[in-house]
Amino acid sequence: MDEAITLKRQRAPISLTTVVTYVFLSLLALSMIFPFVWMIRTAFIDPQHVFISAEETGVLRWLVPESFPKLDNFGKAVEAVPFGRAYVNTIIIAGCVTFGQVFTSSLAAFAFARLKFPGRDKLFMAYLATMMIPGSVTMIPVFILTSQMPILLDGALSWLTGANVAIFSQSYYMYQSVYVGRPVGLDSYFTLIVPGMFTAYGTFMLRQFFMSIEKDYEEAARIDGCSTWGIYWNIMMPLSKPALATLGIFTFMGAWRAYLWPLIVTYHQEIMPLTILIRSFQSVHQTEWTLMMAASILDIIPLLIAFVIGQKYFIKGINIGGIKG
Amino acid sequence: MKEKMPEMPKTPVAAWRRRAAMAGYLFLLPNAIGFLIFTSLPVLASMVLSAFDWNLINPPKWVGLGNFQKLIVDADFWKYVGNTVFLMMGIPLSIFLSLFLAVVLNQKLKGMVFFRTLLFIPSITAGIGTMLLWMWIFNPEFGALNTFLGSIYDVLAWLPGKLGWVWTAWDKIRPEWLGDPNWSKPSLILMGLWGSMGGFNMILYLAALQGVPPELYEAAKIDGAGAWQRFWKITWPMVSPTTFFIFVMGIIGGFKGGFQTAHIMTNGGPSGSTTTISYYIFNNAYQWFNMGYAASIAWLLFIIVLAMTLFNWYFSQRFVHYG
Repeated sequence: MDEAITLKRQRAPISLTTVVTYVFLSLLALSMIFPFVWMIRTAFIDPQHVFISAEETGVLRWLVPESFPKLDNFGKAVEAVPFGRAYVNTIIIAGCVTFGQVFTSSLAAFAFARLKFPGRDKLFMAYLATMMIPGSVTMIPVFILTSQMPILLDGALSWLTGANVAIFSQSYYMYQSVYVGRPVGLDSYFTLIVPGMFTAYGTFMLRQFFMSIEKDYEEAARIDGCSTWGIYWNIMMPLSKPALATLGIFTFMGAWRAYLWPLIVTYHQEIMPLTILIRSFQSVHQTEWTLMMAASILDIIPLLIAFVIGQKYFIKGINIGGIKG
Repeated sequence: MKEKMPEMPKTPVAAWRRRAAMAGYLFLLPNAIGFLIFTSLPVLASMVLSAFDWNLINPPKWVGLGNFQKLIVDADFWKYVGNTVFLMMGIPLSIFLSLFLAVVLNQKLKGMVFFRTLLFIPSITAGIGTMLLWMWIFNPEFGALNTFLGSIYDVLAWLPGKLGWVWTAWDKIRPEWLGDPNWSKPSLILMGLWGSMGGFNMILYLAALQGVPPELYEAAKIDGAGAWQRFWKITWPMVSPTTFFIFVMGIIGGFKGGFQTAHIMTNGGPSGSTTTISYYIFNNAYQWFNMGYAASIAWLLFIIVLAMTLFNWYFSQRFVHYG
């Protein structure tokens, strides 16, 4: 930048608009952050200090009671229900869904963007069309299929072998005591993961990105005898890392927050993801606000971590998503 | 790797095409299988399902369009449609606030990235955690909101003069928030505004504002246009594609949404005041196991969403300015 211009800008007096802007933004930021302050306050105090009004104690003592940093609530919350297991479950589920979605979407997106085959554009239109259909339309049949799957599979195996097979309708335990659910159907990792692995949206987003990559590289590679898989893996994937990371982060956070589907397909606490476990915790400890806020903090922290890690892709991703309008 | 084809094609081009097509199908296969099982076949299945009465235990009973006939005269359903539409009143409000914030943050001042990040945090943490938090904030007796209102009234009551009446009226202006059927929906809208105004929409607006040529503002300034005029004559039309996109997405999301919030925070109550269409589908499908009826509601929801989309496209061609 030209030095003269920089100097001029520095010398410019602080205008009224600037002051108003800062005051306004600070107040707004305070009111946006206050709920979190309130959350932390509640999670770290003694339950008896929760039901004290500001009139009795004065504002400052009310906001930060004597009992302030008290860690008991987290211990109690973790003791009440298997939070640790729920974390592991959510990480497994969100991880597998993310990997599956990025992988299958990128394969399909590559096919739609770069390969020529009969029926390609019609298929792509079908993908696009389903993006408008509400999830509740398809979820009902998928739920019915899921709930019947163990019986259907066992029935089919019994019919084939002539013996009485009960592989799929049984619950399984690791080391005799750790519940790992059924192979398929309700209360199974399969059900929590697999239906989330395929989306038209991911395919659509990556296809748009692939279309914007120049064809020179792959034509050169083609001439050098590179296979189609080689082009996908060695050229397209490295070039589209930002798009893949963006899709990955959005998918991960979406899977972390998933609510309705895990709600209807899990009954055992051991197999519940975090959201559903907190919900079942909530129905028991409804009025124990210290515990509830401790649970809320446990829910929020991983999301904040994911945001910090993927911040630059996050902002970019929002704008990529917005282009289609 | 070169394998020998059993039948040599006539021309090399045809062979290349066939191999390319083969590769195309192979690449598509993993996603297409999932798409088939979890999307396209279920769409057909739920269409068929909507013509049956089925509770998963008794054999399905064919009712044709019976479910839809029942739905049209289902007073509960229309009440929940009303709730859903009521909750969508937050959308224009949120859009306006997002745009306003984006305009403020778009100034070339220090620390704007810091404020942008702070304002964005509620969209990151959105989920069951923040919903529980807001239940606690809305708590009528000890929640932060009513405590805050209380201290405002304290200050007013302390003021000299005839403002003492405020103190006596205090108990009447202290809402039960989620516990009051008249306040439950505005409460949810308030929470939604907190969660969305500094979020995705604001980022979209910031990007859109970057795309407005600065010459336009300079020219307008020279011509003597004030800040207000510059906003309505330049900014507003220039960002109209973004507004339109956000609005359409918001409407579609609004019709489909509202389940999780209501399920966690209010159980759809009090007296059904926060039950939305998606909540009614949930109740019918997974609580009462009226599978056919639930599928019919879901299809009606799809028709509403489709109609909205088509209407919006038509509208956009006439009024939205694509620069």
